[in-house]
Amino acid sequence: MSARENILARIRANSGKAGATTTAEIDVARAVIRARTRGPLPGFGKHEPVQHFIDECARLSTTLAEVASSAEVPREVARYIAQQNLLPKVVGWDEFGKLDWATSKISYESRPANAADLIGLTGCFSAIGETGTLLLLGARATPKVTALLPETHICVVKKSRILPTMEDAFQLMRDEVGAPPRATFFVSGPSRTADIEQTIVIGAHGPYRVHVILIP
Amino acid sequence: MQVQSMFFKQTASLKLNDAVLQTALKRAKGKFVDGRAASVATIDNWEEIRTYAAALRDRVIDNLDAYLLEFEKNAMRRGAVVHWAETAEEANAIIVDIARKNAVKTVTKSKSMVSEEVSLNDALEAAGVAVMETDLGEYILQLAKEPPSHIVAPAVHKSKEQVAQLFVDHHHKPRLTDIPAMTREAREVLRGHFLGADMGISGANFVIAETGTTLTVTNEGNADMVTTIPRIHCVITGIEKVIPTLEDFATLIRLLPRSAIGQSIANYLTLTTGVKAADEIEGPEQMHIVLVDAGRTKLVGGEMKDMLRCIRCGACMNHCPVYQNVGGHAYGWVYPGPMGSVLTPTYVGIENAGDLPNAATFCGECQVVCPVKIPLPDLMRKLREKQFDMKLRPRSERWAIKVWSFVVTRPRMYAFLSKFGARIASWLGGRDKLIHRLPGIDGWTDGRDMPAPQGKTFRDLYAAQREPK
Repeated sequence: MSARENILARIRANSGKAGATTTAEIDVARAVIRARTRGPLPGFGKHEPVQHFIDECARLSTTLAEVASSAEVPREVARYIAQQNLLPKVVGWDEFGKLDWATSKISYESRPANAADLIGLTGCFSAIGETGTLLLLGARATPKVTALLPETHICVVKKSRILPTMEDAFQLMRDEVGAPPRATFFVSGPSRTADIEQTIVIGAHGPYRVHVILIP
Repeated sequence: MQVQSMFFKQTASLKLNDAVLQTALKRAKGKFVDGRAASVATIDNWEEIRTYAAALRDRVIDNLDAYLLEFEKNAMRRGAVVHWAETAEEANAIIVDIARKNAVKTVTKSKSMVSEEVSLNDALEAAGVAVMETDLGEYILQLAKEPPSHIVAPAVHKSKEQVAQLFVDHHHKPRLTDIPAMTREAREVLRGHFLGADMGISGANFVIAETGTTLTVTNEGNADMVTTIPRIHCVITGIEKVIPTLEDFATLIRLLPRSAIGQSIANYLTLTTGVKAADEIEGPEQMHIVLVDAGRTKLVGGEMKDMLRCIRCGACMNHCPVYQNVGGHAYGWVYPGPMGSVLTPTYVGIENAGDLPNAATFCGECQVVCPVKIPLPDLMRKLREKQFDMKLRPRSERWAIKVWSFVVTRPRMYAFLSKFGARIASWLGGRDKLIHRLPGIDGWTDGRDMPAPQGKTFRDLYAAQREPK
């Protein structure tokens, strides 16, 4: 017998169940899966999500600015770059390539970031008010490396996409794209570690800075 | 990892006299205990969520084979290869074989306790594969050639001076004194490894039956690198990690980072499902998932089955007065603290871990803080009973327990002897009402005095209060 069969047989023997897994037992599991029951939510999970998102971002050391339209994103990026004293070179997702970067004196490249790039610009699929979290779905036009490799990650968030809870974000994902893409990931602030003397240091392997730009 | 749990008492004594460790443990205790309390207090229905989560984990464990089969089917549908390993040796052989077949020379790894159980790094290195741990704590320990002493904060026992020395010895750069600079240096060293590795190995905090997803929870972002950049991604995890749906993950993630480190959310929740799409420019071409038993099926359906609910947050050890004083290495295997006192004897054999179920004051704090309500003191008590029945405890201890059980089941004898004992103890206390030495059992009074009883038993006092005035 294979390891697989032995493990399954031991599970069944120790649970006091005879023979192989039955269709009825599989159906029970499938019914539980299909029901997608939501667990109890904390009280704040039901709050107005945008304000909660803004408050939670501050707690996570994510900085945040709001602009009136996506056309104003380059100007806000330029302001942030000047404030942080960074070089005006941005690599980002294709969807922002058509914006007017030249007027803001920023060199913008629509391509996946590599380890030499210092600022990565992405959008996000959704954001979560409860925890100040960004949900990104990796795909050809929305590569994950752009949010991961550069020291600075700037993320454009549509206010209408900020949902109260992670459960809501998963449901939106099912409704709009179906199953989770290969790289489905939640980002909550800049990377950090506390592995030396439990001292929190911002900037471990991922970005040192996460800046959110809210658009309508 | 080789089991050293039989030396608990000797190691614990050494650790109590290790000044660096004692400083580290005091610092960690404050951060973990206070941090958890503050973050749990922000949730108005913490108990309701705990109860729900415990029931959801039980539901899976009671039908474990069906959920594993659903997970396997859905993971395969997305292009992953699912392997099953009965033992540590099988798990290592599978992963070494994947490395060989794909000419893998270098591996980057994000933290996995299952890989520590099976000593995966040793097996890969024996096969000529260079392995690089990328979690900062695990990286420090790899340089120091030490096992982790905590499941969430593996290098919690190290001081920054010790880390600085390790970096000088291995990075060959000037000595650093501040922690952010050390972190930056490690980041720069590890960046090169991330970008060049042939294979990434990660653990999984959970695997999701609904979608065939495996997922890791990190603050550093290293699991994102390990699962995105190399051409092969290999996951090693225990068979008990399966949960039904994404919604269940949303529930459990409200509990896990709060219980572990007092954060409302971890910085990165990394869900990986299958291999890269044909048009994608990033992601692995192969995904392998190794589901490991290595003792877990022994717990299914038995009196230790509640332990299978465990989500590996480490709150039980953070709050354990024994762990807080001796640290993780004294426990002699991968899992320290109360969870280890249950897992080590059940996974690797009770005869190899004699002192662990006894390394507890039974204060009950571990059960109080457990996010999935595992009755850890009850499980340790059951293991103690088993040790007694199997005659694994010293003869003197077994004899004492027999005498005790003879007396307490005879109320009149108990009343007489306890009255007698209370008077003797009161007399031993002398004028300062402190017992400085207990002949024969002076281990109890070596480090502190015992306050003497005032001479009357509870029964005496109770009877006196009941008398009409």
